Parts: sequence; C-alpha cells; structure tokens
Amino acid sequence: MLPPIFGVLFDGLAYGMLLFVLSVGLSVTLGLMNFVNLAHCAFAMLGGYVTITLVNEFHWPFVATLPVAFAAAAIVSVVLERALYRRLYRASDLDQVLLTIGLAFISVAIAAYIFGTTQQPVETPELLRGGVNFLGLGLGKYRLFLIAIALAVTILLVGGLEYTRFGAQVRAAVDNQRMARGLGIDVDRTFATTFALGSGLAGLGGALAIEIVGLDPNFAFTYLVYVLIIVSVGGLGSITGSFAAAVLIGVSDVAGKYYAPELGAFLIYLVMVVVLMWRPAGLFGRR
Amino acid sequence: MSSIAQSAVTTPHSYLQAQSRWHPLELAFWLATLLPFFVFPAYLSLASQIAITALFALSLDIILGYAGIVSLGHAAFFGIGAYSAGLLSKYGWGQPITGLIFAAGVAGLVGFAASFIISRFRHFTLIMITLGLGLLAFEAANRAHWLTGGSDGLQGISMWPVLGMFRFDLYGYTAYSYSLATLFIVFLGARRLINSPFGLALRGIRENWVRMPAIGADSRAHIRKAYTIAAAIAGLAGALLAQTTESVSLESISFQRSADVLVMLVLGGAGRLYGGIIGAIIFLVARDQFSGIAPQYWYFWIGALLVAVVMILPNGILGGLSRIYARWTSK
Amino acid sequence: MSTPALATRALSKAFGSLPVAREIEISLPVGARYALIGPNGAGKTTLINLMTGMLRPDAGQIFLAGEDITSVGPQERVRRGLARTFQINTLFPGLNALEAVALAVAERRGLAGHFWRGVGSHSETIDEAYEILRKLKLGDSCYQVTRELPYGRQRLLEIALSLATRPKVLLLDEPAAGVPPEESGEVFEAVAGLSNDLTLLFIEHDMHVVFRFASHIIVLVGGAIFTEGSPTEIAADPGVREVYLGKRKHG
Repeated sequence: MLPPIFGVLFDGLAYGMLLFVLSVGLSVTLGLMNFVNLAHCAFAMLGGYVTITLVNEFHWPFVATLPVAFAAAAIVSVVLERALYRRLYRASDLDQVLLTIGLAFISVAIAAYIFGTTQQPVETPELLRGGVNFLGLGLGKYRLFLIAIALAVTILLVGGLEYTRFGAQVRAAVDNQRMARGLGIDVDRTFATTFALGSGLAGLGGALAIEIVGLDPNFAFTYLVYVLIIVSVGGLGSITGSFAAAVLIGVSDVAGKYYAPELGAFLIYLVMVVVLMWRPAGLFGRR
Repeated sequence: MSSIAQSAVTTPHSYLQAQSRWHPLELAFWLATLLPFFVFPAYLSLASQIAITALFALSLDIILGYAGIVSLGHAAFFGIGAYSAGLLSKYGWGQPITGLIFAAGVAGLVGFAASFIISRFRHFTLIMITLGLGLLAFEAANRAHWLTGGSDGLQGISMWPVLGMFRFDLYGYTAYSYSLATLFIVFLGARRLINSPFGLALRGIRENWVRMPAIGADSRAHIRKAYTIAAAIAGLAGALLAQTTESVSLESISFQRSADVLVMLVLGGAGRLYGGIIGAIIFLVARDQFSGIAPQYWYFWIGALLVAVVMILPNGILGGLSRIYARWTSK
Repeated sequence: MSTPALATRALSKAFGSLPVAREIEISLPVGARYALIGPNGAGKTTLINLMTGMLRPDAGQIFLAGEDITSVGPQERVRRGLARTFQINTLFPGLNALEAVALAVAERRGLAGHFWRGVGSHSETIDEAYEILRKLKLGDSCYQVTRELPYGRQRLLEIALSLATRPKVLLLDEPAAGVPPEESGEVFEAVAGLSNDLTLLFIEHDMHVVFRFASHIIVLVGGAIFTEGSPTEIAADPGVREVYLGKRKHG
C-alpha cells in the first residue's frame, strides 16, 4: 500500500504534464526569436473551445477533437503571424507585450460573447473515466491518458529536434540567430513554423485542460502566469527546461494545496524571482 | 530647413533652456483641470480618481517612458503607499499631508531595495521579475489579514482636515483640490527632473543601452535612482487614494492596477510627461461612461485599442498628435 | 623607457571551442598612431571589446598607463581615460547632437545624477559640448536629431561622443566605414586633427587611410598577432599580402 503522498505526486505529475504541453511552445518561440507572446494561452483557450463545440454541439468523440484543437490553434496562429506578429520581430519588448496582451483581451471578450462566462464541461469518453488501482492508489484514467500524451509529445519534440533537418535549423537559430542566418537558414520561416507548432500544442493543451481545471474565458490569463513562470524558470528555448519546470510547478502547486494551503501561490512566485535572479536565462536557458 | 536661420539666433544655452520653457498649451491644460469645480461638480470624485491615477501613471512614465524599464508590477508601490497611509491613520495619526510624506517614504524605501534587483536585469527577465515582485506584494497583502484586512480591505481610516482647515466633504471638493494640488506639485518636480542632466541620462539609457557605459555612465546607478523616485511617487498616489476614499482594498496592489496604468500610459504616449495624464483621463472617463457594460466587452475595446496603438500609433495619442503638428508646421 | 599608454599581456579569449584572441601582446606608447589591420573575422573588434571591458578575457591582462584594469568595469575604464568608437553607429537616435555630447560631458563631470537644475543652466558643460562639436564641423547641425543626420555626420558624432570623455587612449573601430567618398574627407580631417597627446589605435580596411595616418601597423589574423612593423615593412611583407589576397583560408 502506497501512502497518500504518492497520490498527490501523481496528480501533481499529471498537472505538470498538462502545463508542459501548454508551455513548451512559448519556451521555444521565446528562445528562438525573443518574441514575447502573451497571447499564448489565448491559443490554448481556442483549442479548448474548439473541443467543447465539437463535442457538445456536434457530438464528436473527445479524442477525435484533439487533433482538430491542435490544427485550429495552429492555423489561427499562422494567420496572426502573417498579419501582425511578423512586423514586430525586431520591435521593443514593450510593443510585443502590448500587442499580444491586446490580442489576449480581444480573445477573452470573444469567448465570453460566444460561450458565456461560466465554465463549460465536456463529456469525456467512457474509457477515460474512473480510475485504475495501482498499489492501493486510485490513479485517474484521464490523468494517465494525459501523462501518456505529454510523454508522446515530448518524445516527438525531442526526436524531431535531434534527428530532423528542421529540428537542426531550430536548434541553430536558438543558439545563435545571426550565425544561423549567415549559414543561409531562413530564420523567419523557421520561426513561423515553430510558432505554429507551439501554438498548436497550446491548443491541444487547452483541450486536454478542460477535464482537469475547467475552461472559462479567463483561462487566457489565469494560466498565462503559470506558463510564463515555467518558461522563465525552465529556460527560454529549452524543452528539457520546460519539462523540468512544469513538473516542478505542477507538483508544488498540487502538494501546496494539500499540505500548505495558506502559502498558496506565494511560494511559486518567490521561487521564480529567486531562480531568475540566480540564473536570468532560466535553469536550462542559454545566454 | 530653418536650421541656418535658427543657429544665427539661438545659442546652445538658449536652445536647451527653450526646451524647458512652458508651452501655452500646457498652461491651458492646467487651467482646464479647474473646470470640474465649475462645470462638472457632480463628477468631482471621479475627477479626484483621475488625478490620483494620473499621478500613478506619471510615476510609471519616469521608469518606462524615460528609462525604458517595462514594469508589470508597479502597483506594488501604489498599494504599499495606500496601505501605509491607511495604517498610519488607523493607528491614530490622521494628518493628511504628513501621511502622504510618510507613505511616499515607505514606498520609496521599498523601491530603493527593489531597485538593486531591477537594475541588474533586462528584457524578458526583467519583465518577469517585475511581474513576480508585484504578485508577491499582492500575495503578501492578501495573506496578512491582521495588517491589511486581507480581501475585506483596510477599515477604520479617518482623516483630519487638510492643513487643519479643509474637511474631506461628501461632494469631493476637498478631495479633488487636494489630489489636483499634489498632482501639480509633483508634476512640477517631474518636469524639472526630465529637463535636468539626470533626465538626459535616462533618455540616453532608453535610446541606447550599449552606448552609456562607453561614455562613462553608470546606467545601473541611474536606474536605481529613477526607480526609487518612481516608487515614491507611486506610493504618494496610493496614499492619496487611501486618504480621499478613507479605504484601502487589495485592488490597489493588484495586477489589474499594474496592467491598467500601463495601458493608460501607452495610450497617452510614454516619454512625453503628459502621456500618462492624458491616458488616465481618457481611460477613466470612458470606463465611467461605459460602466454599464459587462467587463469583458470593455476589455475587448481596450485590447483593440492596444493593437491599434502598437500597429498604427506607436507613440500613443500624444505621439500621433505631435506627428500631425510637425507635418502641419513644416508645410 | 616610459610606460605605454595601453598594453596587453597574453590576452586570450575563446567562444566555446572557437578562439578569438590568442595570447595577444600589444604595447601602445603615448601619442602613438597605430593601425590594426587583418582579414574579416580576425578578431579586431573583439580585441577592442576586450580592451574596453565589453568582453571579459579568459586569460591575460590589460594595462592602462601602467595600471592593471583587467577587472575594472567598462564605464570605469572610460573614466580612467580609455574610450572607443563603434564600427556600427551606436548613437542616441532620439537625442540631438548637442544633447548627446552634453550628456557625455555631464557624465564625465559627474553631473549626470543631478536632477534639479535644467540642462540649459549648466553653462560650462554646454560650452564644452558645443566646442567639441564645432571642432568636428558639427556645430551648425547640432540641433538636429541624430537619426536625421547624414551618415558621415553620424560617424563624426561617434567620434565627438568619445572625445567628450577626454580620453587619453582612443580606440577607433573603422571610423570611415560606410561613409560615402564625398564625406569621408571630413572624417579623416577629424582624425588627423586629434591631439598628439592622444594615443590612437584604429581599425581600418582602407590601406590608403592606414598608410596616411599610421606610424606602426599591427596585423591580426585568426585572433593572433601575425606580424607588426612600420608601414613600409608591412607593405613589403609577402606574408601579409598572402593573408589578405592569397589562399582565402578565412573565407
């Protein structure tokens, strides 16, 4: 019989995996182009609402909506990148912050208008409901599913980065943008593709999040803070860093709620500030 | 252009001195701030809020518009000032002006301590640190029920009359006069600061960070000084809010307040001294007029405005106006 | 033997496994007019960055008038008399020339922290700033915002900013780079007119400029000193010609 703390750790791990899927896209695009995209979680929210619409209105099976959530977020990101983001690659941090916050505000308003302000539930498939008994612990099937998806995503990302030509281009551009350009790599196009992938992953994360944390129009901002903390603590441009930081934050958050609810978010903010002061580029970041 | 004629008449001294001379539009503006007393007496408490928020925006302009530091947590100092002034009154000392000075001092001290962290970082890291420090301040205020009243807010504030004569009345005459006077006095100080060699150094930091050490400048020391001053002024604004409303809530130290003041400053135009004031006026008047609408729709328009400002009007309203003016006068 | 104005001893730096400075030993006597030449990527600007403190060396030392400044910060080195200009204009786009130079003068005089009196009332600072601009023929365009100045004038402003710090040693990184031929004469006159007490090290690609101004030439290749000598010696050196014109090993 495993003590209950392992149950807490399991929940924390699952939460961390969800946060990882949500954050990894932002980490890579920030590391690549130093583009501060505070609308990242708005893409997540978009994915979530796509899933909700497909399941609740069109009665699609939940799992089938996941690729659509990914694709929808990716497509919208391509449109926005072409129309707006592209012009601000070399703009000041402030301009990027303002533009993307503005887009996030707009997305929240649109979501509230279409879906209302309350949380929307979604029907998960029979297969994913309930739990599995493992050494005396009830492990939620949905959470297991979440962990499996996140690990699959991680393997695909790391594999893609290491073994494909595109991955090599991304790594080169994160490492040294000027030299990458000098070697003939189209950094702008690499960024656009990476941005689409990262936003797509955010959309996937948003869809997956519904069952765990619920979806309402404020999602774009509530989870933005967590994502920003993970990205800055983990290190810009680092998949390993995002993974480690996401697990750390996920476990701390869940454990904190169980064992020390008075501390709340205080500890997480403190950890972030201290880590950034010690390692300004994040634990696994460059520069 | 007209530079040849100009150099025949101006000397370097007179040119630089002319930069700091009062423009007639400025005098007109400050005279117009007296209008609410006569034309909109029902809106005096709103006017007081605007003056307080304008002062807060002015403090952010010093670090953002002039030194180029993007802070997402500036409300920490506003809140610290508000709670300091509130607590001072709650525990027996309700004298307004000394309360203001006390609150500005506390906020300035905290700002000074924080400035040692702030001055060492740039770009995304700095943005995240300011966000983190701001959120920490909020959480601290939230948790410390025994001191701040937590989410219930600070109760028991009661202010003595200003200068011993002017009681805080229900209509807001005293509140607005008090807030406006404070805003104007601090504005005069900020104006001097901007036109001083220090102001020039801050602009240098914003214009080209790399060049500053190459001319022998200690950018970090300049940033620390600017940040401390900005923190004190923000604290002053927070104290004004606490005193004129005789209450302090968590809202004064929230991320919402940090974000709103940033929007106002950018809307009006950062780095132009008046940008924050103009932005505050427009933002708060609009919010008051549209207060019936649900908050998310309000944020739709704010979002659209931000996108528009970034893509079309990079220097805010004042920037756009000065561009139009320049094009008009060069014909 | 008098103390060199600026000297380096075994100065080395590598970016990962790429060495950009290899045991560089340089000695600039007071009043020198030295040129630093070499093919692209030789590490000339890197050397200047090391000397001015923008980069920290992995090994070696730097001496300014005999004092070890290896661990001294960049702005302090400027205060002690070591200034540089940048190859790519590193100016204050939104300030006009007068404001920019006045800022540099104010920094030197320790007045830049003063926030009460207006800039306009600091007469001596302004006088000095204007004088520097006038000597570089920038007097009548000093009220123009920097970003609107023609490129050649911006290069002159680069020099003006560094002169405002009253350096004893001045490192010029390709002062005439990118300046159209009709304006480059002004830049060269400015360089020629610099005081003889001032020690100069300048990076240049244009050999005419080098032979006109330099009394001694240092050739840097692949981060190491290839050779050095008087202009005639260098001109006659076949190795130098090969490095520049020959096998293109540094692509």
